[in-house]
Amino acid sequence: MTLAEKRKLGSVLVVGAGVAGIQASLDMANSGFYVHLVDRSPSVGGIMAQLDKTFPTNDCAMCVISPFLVEVGRHLNIHVIPCSELERLDGEKGDFKATIVNHPRYIDTEKCTGCGQCRQVCPVVAINEFNCGLDLRKATYIPYPQAVPLAYAIDRNACIGCGMCEKVCLAGAVTYDDKTKITELEVGSVILAPGGEMYDPKEADSWSYSHPNVVTSLEFERILSASGPYRGHLMRPYDREEPEKIAWLQCVGSRDINRAKNSHCSSVCCMYAIKQTMIAKEHSAHELDTAIFYMDMRTYGKDFDKYYSRAKEERGVRFIRSRVHSIEPVENGNLRLRYVKESGESVEEIFNMVVLSVGFKPSSGVETIAKKLGLTLNEQHFFRTGDIRPVATSRDGVYVCGVSHGPKDIPQSVMEASAAASVATSDLSSARWSATRTPQLPPETDFSKMVPRIGVFVCNCGINIGGVADVPAIREYAKTLPHVVHVEDNLFTCSQDTQERMKQVIREKNINRVVVASCSPRTHEPLFQETIREAGLNKYLFEMANIRDQNTWVHKNNPDLATAKAKDLVRMAVAKAEYIEPLHQVKLDVKPAVLIVGGGVAGMEAALGAAEQGFQAYLVEKTDTLGGMAHQLRKTWQGEDIPAYLERLIKDVTNHSKIQIFLNTKPVHFTGTIGSFTTTLNDIHTGNPNGIIEHGAAILATGGREYRPEGYQYGNRPDVMTHLDLDQAMKDTPATVMNADTIVFIQCVGSRNSDRPYCSRVCCTHTLKNAIELKKIKPGMNIFVMYRDVRSYGFRESLYQEARALGVHFIRFDPENPPQMNIAENNILTITVTDHILQRPIVISPDLVVLAAAVLPNENKELFELFKVPVNAEGFLVEAHAKLRPVDFGSEGLFLAGLAHYPKSIDESIAQARAAVSRAVTIVSKDGIMVGGVVAAVNPDRCAVCCTCVRACPYGIPFIGNEGHAVIQQAECHGCGVCVSECPGKAITLQHFTDQQLIAKTRALFYQPAMNE
Amino acid sequence: MSQDFEPQILAFCCKYCAYAAADLAGSMRLNYPPNIKVIQVPCTGRVDIIFLLRAIEEGADGVYVAGCLEGECHFVGGNLRARKRVNYVKKTLAELGIEPERVEMFNLSSAMGPRFAEIAIEMTDRIKKLGPTPVCRLAG
Repeated sequence: MTLAEKRKLGSVLVVGAGVAGIQASLDMANSGFYVHLVDRSPSVGGIMAQLDKTFPTNDCAMCVISPFLVEVGRHLNIHVIPCSELERLDGEKGDFKATIVNHPRYIDTEKCTGCGQCRQVCPVVAINEFNCGLDLRKATYIPYPQAVPLAYAIDRNACIGCGMCEKVCLAGAVTYDDKTKITELEVGSVILAPGGEMYDPKEADSWSYSHPNVVTSLEFERILSASGPYRGHLMRPYDREEPEKIAWLQCVGSRDINRAKNSHCSSVCCMYAIKQTMIAKEHSAHELDTAIFYMDMRTYGKDFDKYYSRAKEERGVRFIRSRVHSIEPVENGNLRLRYVKESGESVEEIFNMVVLSVGFKPSSGVETIAKKLGLTLNEQHFFRTGDIRPVATSRDGVYVCGVSHGPKDIPQSVMEASAAASVATSDLSSARWSATRTPQLPPETDFSKMVPRIGVFVCNCGINIGGVADVPAIREYAKTLPHVVHVEDNLFTCSQDTQERMKQVIREKNINRVVVASCSPRTHEPLFQETIREAGLNKYLFEMANIRDQNTWVHKNNPDLATAKAKDLVRMAVAKAEYIEPLHQVKLDVKPAVLIVGGGVAGMEAALGAAEQGFQAYLVEKTDTLGGMAHQLRKTWQGEDIPAYLERLIKDVTNHSKIQIFLNTKPVHFTGTIGSFTTTLNDIHTGNPNGIIEHGAAILATGGREYRPEGYQYGNRPDVMTHLDLDQAMKDTPATVMNADTIVFIQCVGSRNSDRPYCSRVCCTHTLKNAIELKKIKPGMNIFVMYRDVRSYGFRESLYQEARALGVHFIRFDPENPPQMNIAENNILTITVTDHILQRPIVISPDLVVLAAAVLPNENKELFELFKVPVNAEGFLVEAHAKLRPVDFGSEGLFLAGLAHYPKSIDESIAQARAAVSRAVTIVSKDGIMVGGVVAAVNPDRCAVCCTCVRACPYGIPFIGNEGHAVIQQAECHGCGVCVSECPGKAITLQHFTDQQLIAKTRALFYQPAMNE
Repeated sequence: MSQDFEPQILAFCCKYCAYAAADLAGSMRLNYPPNIKVIQVPCTGRVDIIFLLRAIEEGADGVYVAGCLEGECHFVGGNLRARKRVNYVKKTLAELGIEPERVEMFNLSSAMGPRFAEIAIEMTDRIKKLGPTPVCRLAG
């Protein structure tokens, strides 16, 4: 039987529900596959949920991740399986049988309402892992308040079996006799995202980690967090005093083959340490002295170097290039650090607290899974992956993303997650939508001519509400409010039986507006909206009064006032409900095609990815050849052959029936909205039209180029060349290079300066790779690398180690004092540089100078303006969100990949291109896109064409249409309402948040209509 | 001023940050005065000047707007516009002889439950010190 005849399944398995697993699940579920998402822990979220802020934007981590958590938890086509592990995987690509072990949770997630009564009565405490052991939790616990699923678990290692929780659980969710279960799942492919763990400094005794004031960076993250053990007050654990002086020690458990036995660089610690110094300073009432002790400052990502300079120059963070050799506890809980400065001077300094910037190691699950599935690990015990297939494991049909195959930051993990989602489903496209579920809903009843008939459901939430406020009094009060035709109170309004009852009551009493007074709309509104929709009501005919989270939970000691406030909140909700209207979403047709601009590696991978997913791809390239920059490269950093790969890729792209290639072509006209764009293409030379294409999404992969250096005699002498020149020479005339006895590499030429304040990311690796190759061919060659920081992040650190072992000389220079080139009268070239260890200038006479020239984005001002996509000050495209939407543009339906986004290596470009495909397929795989709902609507009669909305909209959506008034496309509006509040003519309304609705709600707080009317 | 004056304070809270922080204050079982009543908005950029003025006109003793931290608005800069509008309303109130301190703008993230409680306490204390609103209630 050939593969084509074999069964293809439309469901997939994702192992690990950190940010990578979540992203992969959402992408696949949103493009027609049913996802089983397995995680060992009781809830999803991973390490990101533990972070306080994220670099380089200092966004609140929980704020950005929680909408993703909620979406995963609510998704009809994502089956979250917590407390579970993958035990074995049989079968093959397209048709696997996965065996899952479900560990007992002792609380039924179907029944648990998350009310927390069990925790309140639990008499036992245990170490709170979520807060890294800095405080305690109960044996009956939820890892964190925003956890998904919002259900408790019992830690049976701590539980004494007293039965208190079972007694108080009015939902009957406690199941002491819960047992380990085995379930089998049929899936077409598997994505592994088990993530990483932080290095445990206990493994070595040299950091005095047993001292309470020596904490790991993750512990410090919890200390900073407003929801952490100290509620965001910067205190040290020993005496809860506010520290005045804190030291960060970099590379704890990374780049350390002696103490930690981990040779890799953890990629993220430099940035998170800088972030922590800045946030700590913000938290501190007094001037806080912060010092980071480091070897190389590896701020190689987008906007990272700017962040670094801000910390150094504006915030006064001290950066000390030194490895601290001892930490010694002294009096008052302080710590004495001994270190040697670069000058050789030995220094002692006292700090109040020390943060160990611990590195990543693979999660313990990685090794177990590798054994069970027969996967190959690398030397560092992470999953082994290559460069050309960056998310493929050694087993066909099994893919990987996130930290489990190498240390990386959040955007890189998210990018890879989307890439894995795209690659994992490309062979399953014939089974798309075959395993997914769609809700079967009755038609909506038309209430347009009817007066409001409001039904109010007041929740007791066990005793969470009823135990504080007087629920019967609230219920009786609600009956007196205008238009209210039905009121009842429930033990749990969210329980399954109440949902059924609610539907029945709605039908029996012809209720056309529903108000639920219970917990927060953030967690429960979608559930109730689904219920009323099932009863034939439009889902927007719903309003909630938050009488638990924002009332009984915070006014426990004041039951009377809590009851009075609950009445106020119910009255306000009912007042708004009177004016709420059904909102109808409109289905827009989707064109099942993707436009890709740019025919380099990223563009070709994107086109191939879209075509493999079964969609038409239009690949537009402005030159007469495909391949772009990659033509000039020889090998990936792990040594894979780029020309062979490129040849194969060009052939695949050219031969694919679903890819249409337009060479010498540029887009000249672009219109439409998400799902349905129209682009006109012109021949770049003749200006004649090449075609008009319709597509549902577009990917910009317009690439970059190497900077042509000014200075260092570049262009004047054959013995001064750039990286790409060197690669070319090694290919064409290797003798010219190999004849040299001495070669000098100068790093950061054109990068990390005032013109281009960014790191070009790839140059250190490129230099190391070439230096190693040259040394291997000609061991006698003298190679000097003049650098500012060696940024061989992740496993690339092994190249740095290898180069040093081979005898490559590394000489660091300061940006103020860069290497100087002199040409003597006899045309002899010399380089003078001040050696940081010798503290004196040294002179080298190289036969060849190689300049690590910056990576620049290609200039495409016209094109970017055509697509209305933003660029930053350096000309790189700007993504929608630096952390969680790294390949999306702010404008819906547009995506980006490759060097146009930021300098990156070829494996990273491939991953990003595949990620862009995944994001685009979430659009083009649908037959229609539902638009509308909570969006702005223009009343043309009131529009004075003042253009205020055009200027106010943060996304540039409103425009003045041919009819002579402002137009806001439902499909594009994000629903913030800024234009509504700015419009001087009150011509715009934000549906569901209209002036009338919000003023009615406001007014209701101050009037007692039932009493007055 | 009467000792047992319990002000009515309205808070317009962004669903992405302040509203979530209020829920978190609940999960953390913090305590703050029950005088605060929250209205959820999709972004503080939606909070119209008219909402603030109407609240004062209807008899609110205090009103505040709570949005994301500056630079972190989910919709780029709605919170900056909200701040401008709050400042405008303060000026207008001052011209009318009403204490501008009755209206305020706050910024916090969704993880800052304790800060939400602090703000609630701070505003309640402030309004208690100012006393009941001088706006005469229209005959209802």
